[in-house]
Amino acid sequence: MQTDDQQILWIEEPELGYSGKSYLRLFAEGMTTTIKHLFGPKQTIESPEERYQPPDPLLYRGVHRLNRDEQGRVKCVACFLCATACPAHCIDIVAAESPWPDREKYPESFTIDELRCIFCGMCEEACPVDAIELTSLYDLSGKSREEMIFDKEKLLSVYDQTKDAEPMRSKREPLG
Amino acid sequence: MTREILEALIKIAILFGGLMTAAAYLVLAERKVAAWIQDRRGPNRVGIPLTRFRLFGLGQPIADGVKFFFKEDVTPAHVDKVLYWLAPIVLFTAAVGIYAVIPFGSVLPSSLGLEGEAIHLVIAPGIDVGMIYVFALSGIAVYGVLLGSWASNNKYSFLGGLRSGAQLISYELPLGLGLLGVVLMSGSLRLEDIIGSQARSGVWNIFVQPLGFIVFAVAAFAEAERLPFDLPECEQELVGGYHTEYSGMKLMLFLVAEFVHMVTASFLMVILFLGGWHFWGLTGWEEAVDLPTAVVRIGVLVVKVLGLIFFFMLARWSWPRFRFDQLLNIAWKALLPLGLVNVVVVAFWIEYGDRLASMVGLANKVLMAGVGLVALVVAWWAVTWADPAAVDNRPVRWSAAETVAGRGEDV
Repeated sequence: MQTDDQQILWIEEPELGYSGKSYLRLFAEGMTTTIKHLFGPKQTIESPEERYQPPDPLLYRGVHRLNRDEQGRVKCVACFLCATACPAHCIDIVAAESPWPDREKYPESFTIDELRCIFCGMCEEACPVDAIELTSLYDLSGKSREEMIFDKEKLLSVYDQTKDAEPMRSKREPLG
Repeated sequence: MTREILEALIKIAILFGGLMTAAAYLVLAERKVAAWIQDRRGPNRVGIPLTRFRLFGLGQPIADGVKFFFKEDVTPAHVDKVLYWLAPIVLFTAAVGIYAVIPFGSVLPSSLGLEGEAIHLVIAPGIDVGMIYVFALSGIAVYGVLLGSWASNNKYSFLGGLRSGAQLISYELPLGLGLLGVVLMSGSLRLEDIIGSQARSGVWNIFVQPLGFIVFAVAAFAEAERLPFDLPECEQELVGGYHTEYSGMKLMLFLVAEFVHMVTASFLMVILFLGGWHFWGLTGWEEAVDLPTAVVRIGVLVVKVLGLIFFFMLARWSWPRFRFDQLLNIAWKALLPLGLVNVVVVAFWIEYGDRLASMVGLANKVLMAGVGLVALVVAWWAVTWADPAAVDNRPVRWSAAETVAGRGEDV
């Protein structure tokens, strides 16, 4: 270390004083902090019995869902914007010609690998028709990797499961 | 003869079983206390196996023990096999062997003993060099740590062992000085006699030798390698210190030995300075006792020891760890002079105390307590003034004047 370096800013330690040097202040401060926390409120949530409630379910980024429109059809128009935006490349869409007159394409299959997903919410941001959304379900688990690859039916069932507790976050007119 | 052996064996069984159970549950207590201090709840799931009864997590030690038993006991290829196996055995044996002379009560009444003799509640009653035996065994415990660290053939372990060697040997001096005052007062190295003399006078040694107690307590913390003196095994710097390379049952021996050290330190502090099994108005001080008194004495001793262990656990989360040079400075430049002052004061008092007390017209012990307090304040202030632990080891500044002038301009 070069002690004559002009870039070095020499800082004097704060003066301890006799109370600090005698360790009495440190002793008292440390002990009072410890005792305070010993009897203080606990932060633990006892998980299986007690559930963590996300402060705002509409802002929470949990498991995805595919929204349905008023007629119960999947809202997605298979535009691939979410798959393009996804930084983890976990969305796989197979588009097909739409059987309905109000759009050109619809997703024949729509799968999300929940194990690869990083729950960043970019797909939700990208979606032009508010078809894909993130719910507040945070404790998804499965017995195999295959089980954690959610297909279209599974994602629609997540919507059916959560649509009452968490209404759609915005209402936009369908494209086209 | 056979009766004595049988008696000793029964006492060993009770004490060893109690100690191991206590160590297991103290681990749980440590985790619980640590959790509470960190605003958590701590382990509270494991109860009676195969049932839904949780019992506040009281089954946790069983689970921990079973886990340790079934863990793979890895012996790395690069270790010195003989020493690697020997180290935990040495450490554990030395830690537990201390309890041969540590009384865990006073006596059981003679009506319970065979042949009408009172049963002394210490495994080897009447050892005249009790304290020396304790110190000898705690000295051997250092070998366990050093062997383990050396045999592990690992740099972290080695550094932990080096630190441990320097620390334990340094802190044995203040520990011995703290003890010396007590031995001077009671005139015996037998732990039973040291308790007995405190009980007879009704004045615990902490009141007449507060300085000695502080020196002994700090040194005992360092000897037990607890925070803020846990330099030999600090996880943040040395992974695990001397037991980095150990696993399975051998690791458990190390960890249990550490806990036993803490319990030993608490026992010694209670016996030497806090009156052992004595409490005013509860236990009396007589040699011969009836059964209720004997039980109360055991209870008082255990409560005192548990209280000190609780303080050990609180201390762990209260103060930051010392740097190693500070640690040794405190031992050699603060605690050693303080201990010497205490010994001098006590020796002076034993020679002239009665004359001075009759001159002033106060009871010997009362005046001594006052003198001890004055000695504590004066000596503590002197150490504060000298401030031995403050070491500015930064490189010498090239020019104070120029730096002051340049400060704030270039940065």
